[in-house]
Amino acid sequence: MSSPATRGAGAADPAGDRAPARRDATVVVTGVTSDSHTWNLVFLQLLLEELGFGVVNLGPCVPEELVVSECLARRPALLVVSSVNGHGYRDGMRLISRLRRQPGLSSVPAVIGGKLGIAGAQSTEQLGALVTAGYDAVFDDGTEGIASFRRLLDALPQRALA
Amino acid sequence: MTGFGAFVRRARAGGELVVQPRMGMSEPERMRAGLRATRAANGRTVGTITLDSYTRVRDLESAGLALLEGESLNGYPIVNHDPATTRWVLDGSHGPDFPVQVRHGSADPIDIFRALMTVGLDASEGGPVSYCLPYGRIPLQESVDNWSRSCELFVRLRETGLEPHLETFGGCMLGQLCPPSQLVAISVLEALFFHRHGLRSISVSYAQQTSPVQDAEAVAALRRLCAELLPDTDWHVVIYAYMGVYPASPDGAYRLLGEAAELAAATGSERLIVKTVAESVRIPTVEENVGALEFAAATAAGTRRPVTAAGAGADSQTYAEAAALVTAVLNMASDLGEAMLLAFRRGYLDIPYCLHPDNMGRSRSYIDGKGRLRWADIGRLPLTGVVETRGSRTVTSGDLLDSLSYVRRKFDHEQVSGTPGRGAIGPGAHTS
Repeated sequence: MSSPATRGAGAADPAGDRAPARRDATVVVTGVTSDSHTWNLVFLQLLLEELGFGVVNLGPCVPEELVVSECLARRPALLVVSSVNGHGYRDGMRLISRLRRQPGLSSVPAVIGGKLGIAGAQSTEQLGALVTAGYDAVFDDGTEGIASFRRLLDALPQRALA
Repeated sequence: MTGFGAFVRRARAGGELVVQPRMGMSEPERMRAGLRATRAANGRTVGTITLDSYTRVRDLESAGLALLEGESLNGYPIVNHDPATTRWVLDGSHGPDFPVQVRHGSADPIDIFRALMTVGLDASEGGPVSYCLPYGRIPLQESVDNWSRSCELFVRLRETGLEPHLETFGGCMLGQLCPPSQLVAISVLEALFFHRHGLRSISVSYAQQTSPVQDAEAVAALRRLCAELLPDTDWHVVIYAYMGVYPASPDGAYRLLGEAAELAAATGSERLIVKTVAESVRIPTVEENVGALEFAAATAAGTRRPVTAAGAGADSQTYAEAAALVTAVLNMASDLGEAMLLAFRRGYLDIPYCLHPDNMGRSRSYIDGKGRLRWADIGRLPLTGVVETRGSRTVTSGDLLDSLSYVRRKFDHEQVSGTPGRGAIGPGAHTS
């Protein structure tokens, strides 16, 4: 298995003066098992780096066991699951169930977002089911999704330290 | 001769562009209805069976589980479905006057080739590079080996009287923001890879990018390189309507598709993969696909085609770059698979923003003030002296989002206000 992909999102200095307090906090960004989309992951990496987080980008088509092992190894301040291809709901449910069963990962903050079904927006019940299964938040596609994601990030350090 | 390639050649001789959807449903009834609707659409159509993404990563267990649970997948799981079921899906539509291509995206496709050959299908697509780098995480070396074995299996279809056809996906790397010269180069290299593994009927892809002028240059470059490098081969060019973030307005979506159809017709291309008004939000319905096919066919029919498909106007910057890339890779090793591996290892091929560990990741691209997709940083690409670069630049998340949404903004914005959406967008644009 390939090592986690962390390159490719600009070796730029991540606007470090904007959020120095978060330098030590790591966010793990990942796609789901069957999703090959990567632009979403590259964008999230850049955004998180600019906000001062260290980012481990696992890339697309990530096996569940790799997400588990990376979370155990890195103890991230947040796990971000992003999907575009329409199996996000199904794969995301399976992933979070497995993650929450893992000793040590029952309370790692985890969120999911993107295009999660093949027929457009998810139902309220499905969004609720993702939270019940263990996600701390679910973000729909679009600018409001990004805005609310940023609000969550603003709140994150305190949560991570709590 | 019969088969996919021959059908497309006949259509071209009759002055018609072949139009094709990307369509795949997990339920056999719906897949069958989709093929029939495609066949019945106005225009010279071919059918598509797009596979689901569990099959793509060879997670046949998950595909099977979803079938058992009656849950819809994002494509047709051809390996899990019984061959008799797939024959029933094809029955009544598939034939000499309606070829069907299997589209998948797998870097490990041997099961898929077995399944499609079993039911008498003769056309698929992919490539060792283009179905590996953005589409999965197996090492490029494994993908090259898998595709070598799959090609060698696929050509045995000739023993049954069918002529196997393969399309390169190399002209579509990552969907967007890969400069056209590199798309052309990878498409040509994958076609040569197929050829060296025995394929004699090949199509080369190119995906519409951000500038109609540059796209026309790219297709001319592609034709010129294929004419030079693929003798004794029945080849044609397939254009993909824009693969990136699609306009959200119906008018914008149709105008972008219309430009793709015009590009295909005006460059003498033979086939077009359409997109629909639904792309920006979800997988399209059969009806939306039929609407897109008919619109594209009508637009192409109303566009002047060149008298000959020879490489008129092919002596462009895009050709110079593509030819430099292809030549450099071909010179690296006599075995083409080995040459492509070396090329990625040394950064002679390098896809901007691609996360795969076997991609060097030093190259960067941007959209300039005229809408052309250009190199911001050539990394170690063998383009020194061919490309003028202004040094590398930082790309912020905002820059990236601007570039990714450039086409959507241009087409949706024009619809709303009537003013051109072009502007100084993307990294590097304000340095010129």
